[in-house]
Order: sequence, then C-alpha cells, then structure tokens
Amino acid sequence: MGNRQYTAEALSPWMKQDAPDRDVVLSSRVRIARNLRHLPFPMMASAAQSVEAMERLLQVSESGRLCGLGEVSSVRLSELSELEKQVLVEKHLISPALANHAQHAALMLGPGEDISLMVNEEDHLRIQCLHAGFQLKETWDTASKIDDIFEEAVDYAFDEKYGFLTSCPTNVGTGIRASVMLHLPALVMTGQINRILSAVTQVGLAVRGVYGEGSEATGNLFQVSNQITLGQSESEIIEHLHAVARQIIEHEKAARAKLMNESRLKVEDRVKRSFGILSYAAVIDAKEASQRLSDLRLGVHLGLLPEVDEGTLNELLVSIQPGFLQQTYGEALSPEQRDMTRAQMISSRLATHA
Amino acid sequence: MVCQECGQRPATLHFTKYVNGEKTELHICEACAREKGELIPGTPSGFSIHNLLSGLMDFDPSGISASKAQAQTLRCEGCGMTYGQFSKLGRFGCARCYKQFADRLDPLLKRVHGNTVHVGKVPKRAGGLVRLRREIDGLKREMQQKIAGEDFESAADLRDRIRELEREVQNG
Repeated sequence: MGNRQYTAEALSPWMKQDAPDRDVVLSSRVRIARNLRHLPFPMMASAAQSVEAMERLLQVSESGRLCGLGEVSSVRLSELSELEKQVLVEKHLISPALANHAQHAALMLGPGEDISLMVNEEDHLRIQCLHAGFQLKETWDTASKIDDIFEEAVDYAFDEKYGFLTSCPTNVGTGIRASVMLHLPALVMTGQINRILSAVTQVGLAVRGVYGEGSEATGNLFQVSNQITLGQSESEIIEHLHAVARQIIEHEKAARAKLMNESRLKVEDRVKRSFGILSYAAVIDAKEASQRLSDLRLGVHLGLLPEVDEGTLNELLVSIQPGFLQQTYGEALSPEQRDMTRAQMISSRLATHA
Repeated sequence: MVCQECGQRPATLHFTKYVNGEKTELHICEACAREKGELIPGTPSGFSIHNLLSGLMDFDPSGISASKAQAQTLRCEGCGMTYGQFSKLGRFGCARCYKQFADRLDPLLKRVHGNTVHVGKVPKRAGGLVRLRREIDGLKREMQQKIAGEDFESAADLRDRIRELEREVQNG
C-alpha cells in the first residue's frame, strides 16, 4: 500500500514540465462537476445507490475508454489509510471533502497525476485537470475531452434550461470551476495586493489563499477562480478568468521590475537571509517556512539565487505539509517534532541541490 | 435597519455579494440567522457557502409569506428531500429536485449567478434536440443581423438552413 507512487512522491510529474509564465503562475486547474441521471446525488443516495454510482463510473475506466490518457489507476478510498488520503489532499489530487466525508468514494488518477477523477464527492463525478504554469485553455480542453468520454458511456443529469445539474446551486449550468494558482510576492511587498484582489472579486471571480487557514494566504500564494457557472459558456468563463489573471500577472511582473530597479539590495538581502535561515534553522513552523520559501521563489525568478532551482521549491511546497512530513518520517509527529522535521527536510533539500 | 426576514428586530448581520459587479445585500437579525441554520460566521458549526445560500433561498421575492409554510413541506418525488431541508442544506438531493422546486429556483439562481439559463456545453447524446434548437436560435440571431445590414442574400441562405433544421427537429 505504502509504495504507491502518487503518495510517495511530493512532486507530481505534471509539475515538472516546462510551462508558460511559470515565474508567476504555479498551476492552472479546471474542475467539472457531473451527476448521473437516474441516481440521487451522493448526499441523498442510499449505500446501494452510492455503490451503483461508483461501479458505473469506475466501469468507464475499466472498459478501457480512458486508455487514451495512459494507464489510469483506480482506487476506492476505503482502501487508503488516513495518512495516504491526507497526502493526496496536500498534493491537491483530491479534495478534503472526498477524503473526510464521502461514502463509497473512489479516485481515478492519470499517470501524470494531471488528471484526477473523484467519484461520490458532493457530485457523482468531479473531473479535475491540472497543468503547470498558465495554461487555462489547454487545461479546459483536456477536461472537456474526458467529460465527452464519460458522456458517451453514462447518462448525465442535464436540463435544457439549467444545464448540467449539480448538488450545489453554485455549480449548476456548466459545472466548471477554473482556477489559477498565483505567486504574488511583489504585489504583497508593495502593498498593492488588497486593491487588486478586491477588484478581482468585483468581476465575478473569487480569491483565496492556498495552504492557509481560511482565506489567509501563506507564502504569497493566491488561487483565483470563477464564481459564475450559469449563463456563461465554458469558453467565456475560461477567457474571462484568463484575461483577469493575465492582468494580475503583468502587475506582478511590473512590481518585480520596480523592486529590482529601486531597491535591488533590499530584495537581495531579504532573499539571501531567508536562504540562510532555511539552510540552517533547526526548528521552523509552517507559516515561516512558507513565507521564506516564497522569498526563495522570488529570488530564483529574479536571478538572485543561482544555487536553488524551482523544482526543489515546488517539491518543498508539498513535502513540508503535515501529512507528508509524517509519511516521510514514518511516525505520528507532535507539533514540536513537526517543526523540527520540517527544518531538517528543508535544509537537506537545499543542501543537496546547492 | 430592520431585519429583512422578520421585519421586526434590528438587522445585525450584513452580507454583501457581488455577481457580475452587481451588488446584492442581505440584512438580517441574529435570531433569524440562527433559525436558518447558524448563519453566523465564527460559530463552532462554521459558516459555509451552503449557509449563505440557505439564507438567500428563504428570501421570498414575491413577499407572500403565507405560502412559505406550505413550501417548506413540498417534497421531491425523486429523492424525498423537502424544500425545508433543501433551504437548510443549500444543496439539491437529485436531478428531479430542480423540477420540483422550480418555482422558487430562478430568484436564487439569479442571485448566485446573475442568470437563470445555461448557455454552455450540451451533452451529445442526451442533448441532441437541445443542440439543434440552440443552433436554430443562433442562426436566427445571425439572420436578423444580416437583415439589419441589408445583406438579404446571406439572410435567405440562413433562412433555408433554419427551415432545414426545423424539419429535423420535427422529425425528432
């Protein structure tokens, strides 16, 4: 059980690929919510109905229809340990709701971990596609193709007026939620972030912190996503998000250029101090680690830190999360032990790549 | 400000939502909020999108609260969920709920999405006829534009194509 690649490795294969605007955009994601026509949604389904939904959807993979995606691994969540589920959540491959609350839940995972199909979450089927960097349109194309494959094999709940029917009224219509994960340290440093984010929420998009408690952003990572799913076509939704994200990216790039022009020494000092602390600290909490790793990421993209590569930072983003730390060290950790092992994990990774 | 729900106690909870730049506000008192499923942020049960939705759902846009008690007991024949449960949970139980609760749905969807009609993807198998009708609607709009632009030749071509598709719809 413990040897599954998708729980053993912190860095998913798709994250290693070269991609546009990687200096600001970590990843692009599209999620499609779909339900089977003749069965109640998971919340109201009996155990037998949930099993039926799961079997029907897993059958689509087992019948070989998904073979164009490479070798898809299917797993029922009941076969996974709590820790394995937590690691999958930390890698963004499943949602916390699927890990913690779902009955008769299952997961189908593409070989590159860029495709994750959740069964019996809030809806019968959640198709999730992830691409590195700023590739929203490509991500939507992939997700839409998978949607078409399922539609050939199962009857979807669809209404002429309301579109694809979902358990939550916030998803009805297209059923899609598209998002980009943005690293915006320069906008935070220059105090422009609140103005920009509040503008974003006024054009029908939502912003939340990634890996933070509630909406608080740690490590200057922000997820921007569409809110509206009804009354706009998928391409309109994608294009709107794309256009707004493009503007945020350009603002971030301009702020970085300004920082380098006006206060290069200060930025360089900040980046290198963080590198020093991460390389030598014996104990570090999650919040400080995320903040300092953000400094390193900025340093790498500004060319101030040749001794670190971006891949190491992407890997650390996941491997310093509580579940992953516990898995690496093979035992349950107290909060103090966690802060200690986190510091060890970071300093050893930074040393091997230096 | 008086609570929009009971119309008696002062409103102490204020929610603002932006959809397409259009602002909608909800002002209610704590008693009404609690009644409707712990709408108060920061309480142990937490505050979720579903709580907010249920708050929006009980908004009777017609203002006829006499029908409200009756509506609460409305039950979906597909999954057995009542309207009361739906407005508490903020989630549908099955595809048929959309039909059963249709009367009260449009105001809610309008608040959430600013729209009530799907314009995106249509499933190839289940949506064959829907697809054709959508295509006809699109062609009709295009034809009107051509007529407005006095391009009658193109408009006539479009008219023929529309007739062809309409025949297809009639033949199923």
